[in-house]
Amino acid sequence: MDGDGLRLNMNGLDYLILALYFVTVLGVGFAARRAIRTSVDFFLSGRSLPAWVTGLAFVSANLGALEIIGMAANGAQYGVMTVHYYWIGAVPAMVFLGIVMMPFYYGSKVRSVPEYLRLRFNRPTHLLNAISFAVAQVLIAGVNLYALALVMQALLGWPLWTAIVVGAAIVLAYITIGGLSGAIYNEVLQFFVILAGLIPVTVIGLVKVGGWNGLMDAVGDTKLGEAGLHAWQDTGSTANPLGAHWIGIVFGLGFVLSFGYWTTNFAEVQRALSAKNMSAARRTPIIAAYPKLFIPLVTVIPGLVALVTVKGLGAESGDLQYNNAIPLLMRDLLPNGVLGVAVTGLLASFMAGMAANVSGFNTVFTYDIWQAYIRRDRSDEHYLRVGRWATVAAVVIGIGTAFIAAGFSNIMNYIQALFSVFNAPLFATFIIGMFWKRMSALAGFWSLLLGTLVSLSLYLLYKGGVVDFNSDLEESFWGAGLAFVTAVVVAVIVTPLTAPKRDEELRGLVYGMGGVDLKGDVLAGDAAWYRSPVLLGLIAVALAALFYIPVF
Amino acid sequence: MSNDGQPAQDPLIDEAQAEQRRSAAARLFDIRRVIGGLFVAYGVIVTLIGIFDSRAEIDKAEGVRINLWAGLAMLVFGLLMLLWQWLRPAEAPDPNERQPDA
Repeated sequence: MDGDGLRLNMNGLDYLILALYFVTVLGVGFAARRAIRTSVDFFLSGRSLPAWVTGLAFVSANLGALEIIGMAANGAQYGVMTVHYYWIGAVPAMVFLGIVMMPFYYGSKVRSVPEYLRLRFNRPTHLLNAISFAVAQVLIAGVNLYALALVMQALLGWPLWTAIVVGAAIVLAYITIGGLSGAIYNEVLQFFVILAGLIPVTVIGLVKVGGWNGLMDAVGDTKLGEAGLHAWQDTGSTANPLGAHWIGIVFGLGFVLSFGYWTTNFAEVQRALSAKNMSAARRTPIIAAYPKLFIPLVTVIPGLVALVTVKGLGAESGDLQYNNAIPLLMRDLLPNGVLGVAVTGLLASFMAGMAANVSGFNTVFTYDIWQAYIRRDRSDEHYLRVGRWATVAAVVIGIGTAFIAAGFSNIMNYIQALFSVFNAPLFATFIIGMFWKRMSALAGFWSLLLGTLVSLSLYLLYKGGVVDFNSDLEESFWGAGLAFVTAVVVAVIVTPLTAPKRDEELRGLVYGMGGVDLKGDVLAGDAAWYRSPVLLGLIAVALAALFYIPVF
Repeated sequence: MSNDGQPAQDPLIDEAQAEQRRSAAARLFDIRRVIGGLFVAYGVIVTLIGIFDSRAEIDKAEGVRINLWAGLAMLVFGLLMLLWQWLRPAEAPDPNERQPDA
């Protein structure tokens, strides 16, 4: 994105809307400060939040602008098949997290995902995961920051470094001051602002192409053609826009990648751990699944509209890259006023993404690295202070990694590679550890380590040109799959050779060992049928299946 | 807080649980007020812009008076948030008042 081609014609009122948002975000941070006295207040919002708040924060933490811009780009490039990232690639995993895994996470009172590994396996497994999580979070925070700066530069004409520093300073302020409550409350606000920005683009885009039917007809005439309108029809082979067989979609995307991301990523799970009771924690990812079902309406549809209306979209470089689908529509269709709201929504989504990384990092750094291995048995105030400094450090390092991200031509693929390396082996280790009580502590360590190394080596071999794949996407699928299989095989081989953990150590951590209380701290209204996690989850999965019918 | 069916013991987690008694989380304000306030402000600003939109701006948006509609929609949404908060104020999240395990 360079040159002035994407520059939006913002006027004073648009900037007023943007400024009001920044002031509100900082105000939320300051107001949340009153609610912080202990480290649990700072890192987990004192485990006090209602389910609708944690649920919307859960979906918002994932709704970084990389996601929005990237999914609109995928919509323009691959067509309707992009919905797989939502309906099979997210919703089932979110429901699984809520129904099956959350009782172990929330019930064991662990304060982070790595901490679960410490209790279930041993300290080496814990340290390995805590460090790799911390590193991944600052890398991804840098990517979010860099992407934010790119958009501000292209749309508003701000110099790159100014945009990076301004974005970083705002996130830093509201998390350092307001802790996780500041981050979560702002994520809920961001969720609505993001939608307020995207809905007008979608509506006017649809009016322009003559509604849904007009869009369908017009897409048939583009380079994507009829194939761009179907999610499953051509998946008996790989001759479809995504180049993916249905087996790959179901097991690669729908199982390994998606479950790996949604169920073990602490930046997400942390939102649920801050819920006020077991029922609210279980409902958190399930409530999040409902907006997730509908988000393709405001990402994939604008992508298709851009494909139809923007001549030459899909260039290798310059202003007409797929990634600019939404900014181009904003430039062409939105008058001042809603334009300001849309720009605010876009910036809000970058901040949501980065804030999730930073608040995940400061918790893991403080509880899982500092408290567990460096300075034990200090006062709670000490850890609270460390948490605030860790936030500052995360943002400063994030500014550094933003300049690393600037060296990658396709940042979305960089992110996918990070996920396949870190999340797939972690998910395998988790899922076996949660359901197979015999799995030993050493098996946990070696599964996680070797799984990660296998995926990392495959990525490096691919980058070095030794191994060949059709696309980066295919590499990340194979990397994730191999890491998963490696972790399973290692667990099966190492476990019989090593000592098991005692049963009483596994209470509340492993399926079938007892110690999980599904009604913990139950509130009066939680027994209502419409607050049943299982029922809500099954409805979400059923809706995801139904939504496929019109675009089969 | 009741500890029936207590899962695996761990000193670090127990410490954090003990600290929970000093928690100030109950002093957290209600986010619905902020969401409602911001959207009412956005609604008013954008509706006003919409009322005074020129022909050129309406044509840019394919003939849709998008500022007017989006402004009114945000205004209504903001008011609904405030109404919800007014009708169903938050139960204070005070850990001491929680029912023990049912």
